[in-house]
Amino acid sequence: MNKFNWLKPQWSILPVVVFFGVWEVVARFRIIPGHFFFPPFTTVVQEFYHLTANGVLVDNFFSSLIRVLIGFSTGSIAGIAMGTLMGYKENIDKTLHPIISLLYPIPALGWLPILMLWFGIGELLPIIIIFICSFFPVLYNTVTGIKTVDRNLIKVAKTLGASERNILTTIALPLALPNIFTGLRLEAGMAWRTIIAAEMVAIPTGIGALLMRAESLIRIDIVIVCLIVLAGMCLSFEQFFIYMEHRLTGKWR
Amino acid sequence: MPTIELRNVSNFICRNISLKILNGELLVLLGPTGAGKTTLLNIISGLTPYEGSILLDGKPIDKRPISRRGIGYLFQDLALFPHLNVRSNIIYGLLIKKLGQDQIEDRLNEMCNLLNISHLMGRYSKDLSGGEKQRVALARAIAPSPRILMLDEPFNSLDVKTRKYLRIEFRNIIKKLGITTIFVTHDFKEAEEMGDRLAVIESGRLEQVATPQVIFFSPNGYKVADFLGAPNIFDCDNYEILDNGLVKASCEGLTITTVWDGEKINKIAISPDDIYVSGNEPPGPSINRFKGTIVEEISHNSVVNITIKTKSKEIFARIRKEDFISENLGAGSDVFFILPLRNLRGV
Repeated sequence: MNKFNWLKPQWSILPVVVFFGVWEVVARFRIIPGHFFFPPFTTVVQEFYHLTANGVLVDNFFSSLIRVLIGFSTGSIAGIAMGTLMGYKENIDKTLHPIISLLYPIPALGWLPILMLWFGIGELLPIIIIFICSFFPVLYNTVTGIKTVDRNLIKVAKTLGASERNILTTIALPLALPNIFTGLRLEAGMAWRTIIAAEMVAIPTGIGALLMRAESLIRIDIVIVCLIVLAGMCLSFEQFFIYMEHRLTGKWR
Repeated sequence: MPTIELRNVSNFICRNISLKILNGELLVLLGPTGAGKTTLLNIISGLTPYEGSILLDGKPIDKRPISRRGIGYLFQDLALFPHLNVRSNIIYGLLIKKLGQDQIEDRLNEMCNLLNISHLMGRYSKDLSGGEKQRVALARAIAPSPRILMLDEPFNSLDVKTRKYLRIEFRNIIKKLGITTIFVTHDFKEAEEMGDRLAVIESGRLEQVATPQVIFFSPNGYKVADFLGAPNIFDCDNYEILDNGLVKASCEGLTITTVWDGEKINKIAISPDDIYVSGNEPPGPSINRFKGTIVEEISHNSVVNITIKTKSKEIFARIRKEDFISENLGAGSDVFFILPLRNLRGV
């Protein structure tokens, strides 16, 4: 047992401390040109506190969070369900694959103009955007996960009397989990990036909308607060899925 | 336990196979790689489409789905479910059958005691040794009390020692349970140790079905004999029983000492691979040591097939090329050859 083990976590914090320190010094002493657009770190922290206290940040954050949670969970569930069917049933895969291949390359934000016309500017619009953003990658990862399940395991299950449904729920889907989690992990961050972009362009509430308003008022401190919230949420969602993946598959992988 | 019968079964590999496996019998399906052994198991289990008919206790099962054929299948790669621990692997078939919790626990305990795997219950397949995986896979296959058990080269990935130990153990367990079993292998020695009868399959055709001894001493064609390595067979006309469990037999001009199993010795056989050949007189006792002259040599990649002529018989042997070259052997060389006691088969 190394007696300096307790020091290890501190080392990982050090670069962050240095980063914020350098930021503070550079901004405070106006070392770089264009310092007007570069507020010190402490100013950003103050603004973060101020926006939280007056409820502006909290309201906008929860608007974005609810959109992401609904859009991402429905998109992922639909992606896993359809991906499971496509991965397990070759005829379904053959039927749907051409359509999916055609739609998959379109970026989620590419749908924004047409969805604005179809659904109008309301709460449904960002949710559908996040749904599309999450659905296709999770679907592809699920299809790959199901297709790469060792066929002998399925044969064994069949000889042990398992029905197609048994095989799907007890063998194929659990073994596809690592692939599914890869999709979820990557798309959780992407969902946040997409919602911010959508809110910046077309939605009047949310972190993205707050960011755009701050930009028009040249409030760089608020812009940075929004970006920090975005980074924090992307990281938190990704870490959540890493944790869940480890909990569900860590024992046997 | 049921009788299984194949009537004119064919598919893209297997051709017109008819075979009857008796109640409680352990039949070994023997043949080279690509002969159609695994395909035949897949046909019986219903995993591969086929023509012809398969009967279980006289009733056709061709239209029964895989899940209702009552087959326990131990795959070549064992295919343990990696996401389930040993306990869940074993009880998988029992849960599918919707047995009660008490019945499941009883059966699980039975399997654990039979295969000595109680200590492995919480482990996952990645944490098991090769031998442990074999035991768990067998437990999973026999836990739901299948009517037919099929084992597809289950010991392939194991070292020689574990393999030998496990095949004895597996045979004892199968015989104890009395399950009608089909065991697939390409190794004649394994087949001989495991099987009540052997069925030799080659290029999708069933060449011979008989006891190991009959197949070894009376292969019914070139293909079977070639697969067995074209053994040297000596006809014996006289023998003298020694007092140490051995017998000295006069066979085609050679006096061969072999193990006596209490039966009359009519023939003695040995595979060309098992004969020790040397240009110099080997040290040690002179039991089963003979002299001869190489009259033919056929060189292959790493081995040389040689024909050694004695006064009364031609012997076929196969030796490593590097030994053949280092001993400076060739056609016309006088050599000593030994027929090792443990490699002789008598009938």
